[in-house]
Amino acid sequence: MTGQLSHTDQPSRLTEGSEVVANAVVAAGCRFFAGYPMTPFTELLEHLADALPDVGGVCINAESELEAVGMVWGAAAAGARAATGSTGQGLSLMQESIAEAAMAGIGFVVFNMARGQGDYFQCTRGGGHGDYRTPVLAPSGPAEVAELVAEAFDLADRWRNPVVVHGDYYLAHTWVDAPEPGEPTPPRPAPHWTLDGSSGGSGGAKLVSPLGTTKQRDGVGYDLSLHYEQCAERRREMTAGITPRAEVVGVEGAELLVAAYGTMARYAEAARQHLATLGHKIGLVRPITLWPFPTDQVATAVGSAAPGATVVVYENNAGQMIDDVRLSVLGAAPVVGLNSFRTDSSAFGIAPEVTVENLVASLLEMLP
Amino acid sequence: MTTRKRAELRVLASDTAPTDANLVADFTPDLIDVGAHHLCPGCGEPPAVRAVMDAIALLGLAQKCVAVFGIGCSTAFSNNLDVEVLQALHGRAPSVATGVSRMHPGHAVFTIQGDGDMANEGLQEVLHAAARGENIVCVMLNNGVFGETGGHLTVTTTIGQRTKNTLEGRDAAKHGNPMRIAELLAQIDGVGYVARGAVNDAGNVARTKRMMVDAFTAQQAGLGLSFVEILTMCPTGWFIPTDEAPEYLAKTIAGTHAVGVLRSELPGAKA
Repeated sequence: MTGQLSHTDQPSRLTEGSEVVANAVVAAGCRFFAGYPMTPFTELLEHLADALPDVGGVCINAESELEAVGMVWGAAAAGARAATGSTGQGLSLMQESIAEAAMAGIGFVVFNMARGQGDYFQCTRGGGHGDYRTPVLAPSGPAEVAELVAEAFDLADRWRNPVVVHGDYYLAHTWVDAPEPGEPTPPRPAPHWTLDGSSGGSGGAKLVSPLGTTKQRDGVGYDLSLHYEQCAERRREMTAGITPRAEVVGVEGAELLVAAYGTMARYAEAARQHLATLGHKIGLVRPITLWPFPTDQVATAVGSAAPGATVVVYENNAGQMIDDVRLSVLGAAPVVGLNSFRTDSSAFGIAPEVTVENLVASLLEMLP
Repeated sequence: MTTRKRAELRVLASDTAPTDANLVADFTPDLIDVGAHHLCPGCGEPPAVRAVMDAIALLGLAQKCVAVFGIGCSTAFSNNLDVEVLQALHGRAPSVATGVSRMHPGHAVFTIQGDGDMANEGLQEVLHAAARGENIVCVMLNNGVFGETGGHLTVTTTIGQRTKNTLEGRDAAKHGNPMRIAELLAQIDGVGYVARGAVNDAGNVARTKRMMVDAFTAQQAGLGLSFVEILTMCPTGWFIPTDEAPEYLAKTIAGTHAVGVLRSELPGAKA
């Protein structure tokens, strides 16, 4: 997890992180994107407005976040791999549709290019109403983007459920040496349940609805009791069907464990490596799927570390992922937060106090 | 207000109907699965939805259309049509239809929403879709009330109209003024056809069906967004006897929301 993209025979160039994400979206076969500008998400919208028409896709600069997610609802139900995004603030406006899309069985990908990590709860708990969950993938940097964006679209297709990719200002705006995009992947065939009009007049025209799919001609009509029961069953299957992922480094006999995700995990890894040169054994657990949370990996890491080793949860918020870490550790080790970093005046998620030096200093104080 | 007994109405119907006529409830219109509906007696939405489906059947669009429904009383039809249906959330149908239409250009993608859905909750959606020139047909069933919640004020409620939250009638000084939605749409560049119909009598039903045919014809010709507002009876939400609703519509609702074609980019159109 060095943040460097692996070099291949493909030509590479200096590329903005947002463009790396946009290239991954096109490479995953997505052909519809709608969004509303907001820092630090804006550049992803810009790059897709440039890239999608070239491959026969559509990108709409929607008049609001509400309309952006509505458009994606329609495009996904019409058979496209589709995505939208914003920062957490814009995603707050979209939550009704994200929640109900899960009930309608409409899968699409939602990018949260967040301002810091204050949206962990919004991403992992869902900011909307009702009994639903959204899988969440958190790349630590551009190197991981292509794989996780492809996986997000696969999950959205497989489980017919919105899937969140959680990035931040650093991911969006850091320029890296990245391969030029290759030939675009053709879009996958439209899934059987999606709409193209062709079943009209057949006596069994298709219906896609958050209220269920039983029709009056079946003598039923909408049956919300039955539908919500089926949604709950589908959610249980999805939860069991997604293997939680985490990167686990140096936990064997570690004097201290650090749990961190996204950009913060890159600082944690740099600090871990630096402290290793000073003879200190620091372990790192980096959740890659924030939901389902890698509970087993965290618990196993605690079991592998030195007895009594503290788990330090390093996150750029006042303490959110720490809840999931505590639920994983279940009291087997002390869990403390290292967080609440002051942002700069833009509040776009840049935290000047988040440095490898500061983290090393903090961890040295916490070492037994 | 007068009240007429249900039995009396039945006598009238049987006196005037031919002996071999089918009961309305036994008749299943084109592209509607089940003829019986679960809406209130006297509701104007079933004939309005039928006018839309008749136009689709007439133009042979059944296999290349997708209906996008909003949330309200008309949602009773989203699981009762033999065309493909995508259910949207309250207020969101035009953006959802945009996504469908962009993926299937040339298809007859259309929305059905009530006035509370389209004009209250999501007015910006249809305005923006119109300005973008989205090639879709948007239908607003306008009865001037939130029917499903029991007859509450919407932005189209006319002055003097009684609703559950304007018990003495809508008073501009207290409750604001009604919005004329078709007029609002007609002045936007990007629309191909705008009309307001009604279903309070046989003549208006026939006229509304022609409007729907023209709306889909304009849409199929790629002229941009077509908008048809259909005035529908809601005796339950208007708190009047069922059989008085057609006349109430003509005198009260249509006094503010005038029936007619407001704009047409179809070749040879006069409006």
